[in-house]
Amino acid sequence: MEPKTLFDKVWDAHVVEKIDGGPSVFYIDKHLVHEVTSPQAFSGLEARGMKVFRPENTLATPDHNIPTENQHLPIKEELSRKQIETLTANCEKNDITLYGLNHPYNGIVHVVGPELGHTQPGMTLVCGDSHTSTHGAFGAVAFGIGTSEVEMVLATQCILQPKPRKMLITVNGELQKGVTAKDLTLYVIAKLGTGGATGYFVEYAGSAVSSLSMEGRMTVCNMSIEMGARGGMIAPDQTTFDYVEGREFAPKGTEWTKAVAKWKKLKTDEGATFDKEYVFIASDIEPMLTYGTNPGMGIGILGHIPSEKDIEPSELPTFKKSLDYMGFNLGDKMLGKKVDYVFVGSCTNGRIEDLRVLASAVKGKKKADSVTAWIVPGSKQVEKQAKEEGLVEVLEEAGFEMRQPGCSACLAMNDDKVPAGKYSVSTSNRNFEGRQGPGARTLLASPLTAAAAAVTGVITDPREFL
Amino acid sequence: MPIDKFTTLESRYVPLPVENVDTDQIIPARFLKATSRDGFGENLFRDWRYTPAGEENPDFVLNQSEYTGEVLVGGQNFGSGSSREHAAWAIHDYGFKVVVSSFFADIFQNNALNNGVLPVTVSAKFLSNLFNAVEKDKSQKVLVDLENQVISLNGECEEFAINPYKKNCLLNGFDDIDFLLDRKDKIKAFEAKN
Ligand code: SF4
Repeated sequence: MEPKTLFDKVWDAHVVEKIDGGPSVFYIDKHLVHEVTSPQAFSGLEARGMKVFRPENTLATPDHNIPTENQHLPIKEELSRKQIETLTANCEKNDITLYGLNHPYNGIVHVVGPELGHTQPGMTLVCGDSHTSTHGAFGAVAFGIGTSEVEMVLATQCILQPKPRKMLITVNGELQKGVTAKDLTLYVIAKLGTGGATGYFVEYAGSAVSSLSMEGRMTVCNMSIEMGARGGMIAPDQTTFDYVEGREFAPKGTEWTKAVAKWKKLKTDEGATFDKEYVFIASDIEPMLTYGTNPGMGIGILGHIPSEKDIEPSELPTFKKSLDYMGFNLGDKMLGKKVDYVFVGSCTNGRIEDLRVLASAVKGKKKADSVTAWIVPGSKQVEKQAKEEGLVEVLEEAGFEMRQPGCSACLAMNDDKVPAGKYSVSTSNRNFEGRQGPGARTLLASPLTAAAAAVTGVITDPREFL
Repeated sequence: MPIDKFTTLESRYVPLPVENVDTDQIIPARFLKATSRDGFGENLFRDWRYTPAGEENPDFVLNQSEYTGEVLVGGQNFGSGSSREHAAWAIHDYGFKVVVSSFFADIFQNNALNNGVLPVTVSAKFLSNLFNAVEKDKSQKVLVDLENQVISLNGECEEFAINPYKKNCLLNGFDDIDFLLDRKDKIKAFEAKN
């Protein structure tokens, strides 16, 4: 048999039909739905007089556009309320499981799927959200789709997809102390650029990757899209099985044993080839920080923003425009720059491990007075666990503001907006102009770097903080 | 939703020589609260088009009446970022039928095609010729011929690639859902087998 990559194995097993010269009819095991990208798909379906084809394979949770305060009260803003009500009505009409706003399982769709055991190795999984790539951490083929495609999956449990090319990114060796999964991914994105993996599906491998926890792996796969990749995945191993085992929707008993036997085959065969390969060395990676308006504009925290001589002349106007927006200059040093806001949350770094890291870094310290710090757990489950573990107490004592779960300031659709011109160190995934509110200036970093910035009020090397 | 048929288009064009135009620029998240597909054109490039006070920004190309047409020409890596189809709806709703760039983000490209907006990928050289030509003559036109997969500017032609299946959909106004619905039996057979 021809050797296959992990991606080939999962992809090929889900092709219903290959169309000559065209895409494949591709079967989806799990379809995650949220309030923002689904209403037009449901109404399209309704206009055809149809109902959802496989409601049991569909799961919905509002997350993008929900408030993170007073969730027990009716949503004040009319359009937002209507969007949530529309999702609720669509799920009721179509018998779809909904983790609504006050459900104990509500949360960011990419946090909820894994923590409840919905996400499993070998699956195909889609959602009308580009960070669906998160679920690839389990060895699933998971990617974001547009609303027309959401409608296709609702109608037929399939979409039409050409098979992407394959890329292997290997990170060998050991990460330094204070360097996290977030730094690893920001480093890789800085090397490849925001379009560097466009058209590819990435497999991450190497000892630095396999020694990451599941949550760290999710952080890495989550940000694959920021270099343009369709998705990212990591071969399942004992770390994966240990994480999935016992979760509510994971297989149980003999089903579990059978599943694990099957999942163990999900790895790239010896001799299988990729269309592109990159190798990085873990010890080269410093705590990372972005200084510009796309996630590829990242540097080690001790570094300087590139100078004019480091930039291709053709790229200089766009580069300068980005620095203007950020209020930075060519060649600036990042350490010591002022920080106004700190946001810890999102599907990238809003999980329990992230809150643990944050809490242990700030324990017994105080947030700087000049900083507003929002901590937004990725889900109700994360929130509950953080309370039980005493993390909330530690964080509140340090002056951090705990908010209720949701996407929040990651995309600022609700009221959680960073004011124009203010600097926000954020554990989310995008630093685009206006992403955290009109005029807001975002610096992406790890929860540890965010903790250091919150306490000192300026950009600080988190390693001094351990 | 059935899409508009597309065959050829000769039109003036609007230059936006900015790289990495992301979907948050095309349509900021705070405008994603609608539950229908209509009206997004109003907020296309909102934060570039209007000042924080809500006034038109005279420096932005969509506010400069000398530039017009059904073709938008963007810099490299157009449409990166989120999967929001609202970006494609905003471009379509504003009246663009073609977007030209030297490089498109994947999901945006799919979303555009699913809404009858044709993404045309050209070489970096052709792209800079487009920008230069319209700089000289704002009424400059470009011709896009889908059947022959050719884009031409003042007689200078370049071929562009498109998936043959998608091309057929656009030429005929077919959409993917109809295609998939026709295959329900195959899909059920696949499910039974797995
Ligand atoms: S947390 Fe941010 S990136 Fe993740 S799903 Fe929500 S809006 Fe998207």
